[in-house]
Amino acid sequence: MTDFSDGIQFLISSLSIGGLYALMALGLVIVYGILRLVNFAYGELIMIAGYSLLLLGDTPLPWLGVAILSVIAAAIAGLLMERVAFRPVRDSSPTTMLITSFAVSTLLQSVALLTISPRPRPVRLPEFFVQSLTVGDVRIRVVDLIALAVTIVALVALTIFLRRSLIGIALRAAADDFTMTRLLGVRANLVIAAAFAISGALAGIVALFWIGRSSLVEPAVGLQPVLIAFIASVVGGLDSLRGAVLGGYVLGFLTIGLQTWLPRELLDYRDAVTFGIVIVILLVRPQGLLGGAAGGGR
Amino acid sequence: MSDRGRASPIWLPRLVTGLILIAGIALLAIATGAVGDRVFVRVVTVLFINMVLVVGLQVFMGNSGLVSFGHVAFMGIGAYGSIWFSLTPEQKNLALPDMPEEWWLHQTTLPFPLAIVAGGLLALIVGGIIGIALVRLRGASFTIATFALLLIVHSVALQTEVLTRGSRTVFGIPPYTTLWTVAAWAVAAVIVALLFKESATGLKLRAAREDEDAAASLGVDAARVRWLGWALSVFIAGVGGGLWAHFITTFSPAAFYLSQTFLIVAMLIIGGSRSVSGAVVGAAAVALTSELLRDTEGRLNTQRADGAGVGQFIPFQLVGFTEIVLAIAIILILIWRPAGITGGREVVSRGS
Repeated sequence: MTDFSDGIQFLISSLSIGGLYALMALGLVIVYGILRLVNFAYGELIMIAGYSLLLLGDTPLPWLGVAILSVIAAAIAGLLMERVAFRPVRDSSPTTMLITSFAVSTLLQSVALLTISPRPRPVRLPEFFVQSLTVGDVRIRVVDLIALAVTIVALVALTIFLRRSLIGIALRAAADDFTMTRLLGVRANLVIAAAFAISGALAGIVALFWIGRSSLVEPAVGLQPVLIAFIASVVGGLDSLRGAVLGGYVLGFLTIGLQTWLPRELLDYRDAVTFGIVIVILLVRPQGLLGGAAGGGR
Repeated sequence: MSDRGRASPIWLPRLVTGLILIAGIALLAIATGAVGDRVFVRVVTVLFINMVLVVGLQVFMGNSGLVSFGHVAFMGIGAYGSIWFSLTPEQKNLALPDMPEEWWLHQTTLPFPLAIVAGGLLALIVGGIIGIALVRLRGASFTIATFALLLIVHSVALQTEVLTRGSRTVFGIPPYTTLWTVAAWAVAAVIVALLFKESATGLKLRAAREDEDAAASLGVDAARVRWLGWALSVFIAGVGGGLWAHFITTFSPAAFYLSQTFLIVAMLIIGGSRSVSGAVVGAAAVALTSELLRDTEGRLNTQRADGAGVGQFIPFQLVGFTEIVLAIAIILILIWRPAGITGGREVVSRGS
């Protein structure tokens, strides 16, 4: 092994996991930007996509079809969540909405526990998820490369959507000043529904690769991703879409970096160290790296 | 706050509120003691422990308006902290076999009430230091940071075997906590919370909650009063943890995690976070309802196994049914009565 191939491996791992983290954070921030809602139940959208993978996996559908349907299922779940739980408390304080989402999260997890299984269940995955490529000294997992590609495609597609489409522009305007946007004739329900659908779709894409790493799905499968999404979006600035992406990649590099360079005996404390660093970042910039007035664009 | 009551002295409704809450706790304790049924004594003892935790949470959440999902971490610190001090060296050899015998902590044994206070103080020290950073955050960032804190403390507790035995269960803790001791601690917590709410610091904290800029213009240092509220609040959470540890007598870090967090947040929100009465009412209402639900769940599962009664028509084993009902209750309450059962008011408020 040379330093160079180590470097390449580090870069690919970090970019791949960072991209995934960026998508997680984006799904959270796109809703927060408009509603000021920190959606704790975001992880359960990932769970729903995971169980869709599980249940549809038994059908004769090709895997790609199963994957697409799972993403759609998560998007629909996002829409339903908004309609049933969040619309009635939309005009309440952010605290009320936050606790509502916490309750929705517990509710959905308990329902999965009750109706499916408390134990982790294996999900059918295509061959390429476990294969790896060897180029020279460098061994790369195929799924890392695909995650890398898919996240970049998703990010580009979302950017184009937000910049060019009417709903995308309305979304950005609403994130900037919701009251003003409504006064200009944009329908609030439509914009918010769009945000939740996008959030759900992102959760679905995240689920493919997150669950692809362990190939297991359980009721609490969304906890780790939602936590990462929180941390990444707080680091980047909760009200900035660019910040979410940046925060995701920062956290990705941090995670892989600590895993590579932290002494063995401290490796068990990796999560504690990561969150500790995050609290330090917040001390210096409470509004996040790109958040608040200093952050500028969205 | 808006009603300007006539001549009645300002402290009277507060005193009456305090007396009613204390009388309620005392009545429940005496009635439970009189019934003497073991299961019921157990339920009410846990209820009082949770009441201490919920009142502790109310001290911060109610007065500052910020949501903390991290208080259960301090419950955990209080639980482990109190057993470090309450156990004799011989008991520590069994309960915490990884702790080196030569440690000062291993040699030290304090009487039970002091060990509980020591657990609370430990929570205060840890929380106080982290709090310096936390109180600079607002709104959602604050909540997320406290959530991260819960996970940090959980993961540290799982890894630090010398202090906690890691993920394995600590057992053999002497059952010092009784119905009467927790009732007394619950009364103490209620008195402290009511006094804090009406103290100068509590008032400033509530002023900063309503409008931080306006409060600052009147000379309120928001970060400072927020820190004071936080410190008192995590101390009470630590005390609650110590009481819990000496009641349950066997536990692992898993006890101080999401489901306990959900429970105490649910209790506070359902009761009404803006008042101490809300914390007391919420803890009691949720504890008794969930016991009823758990009992029903058990009965239905037995019926299902025996193929009798209503239970035989249920297609699956009921697990987590209680959480589902609680979650739905929270959502409905937030939709129809966002300020909780008590509407955020004390039992007796000014002018009423």
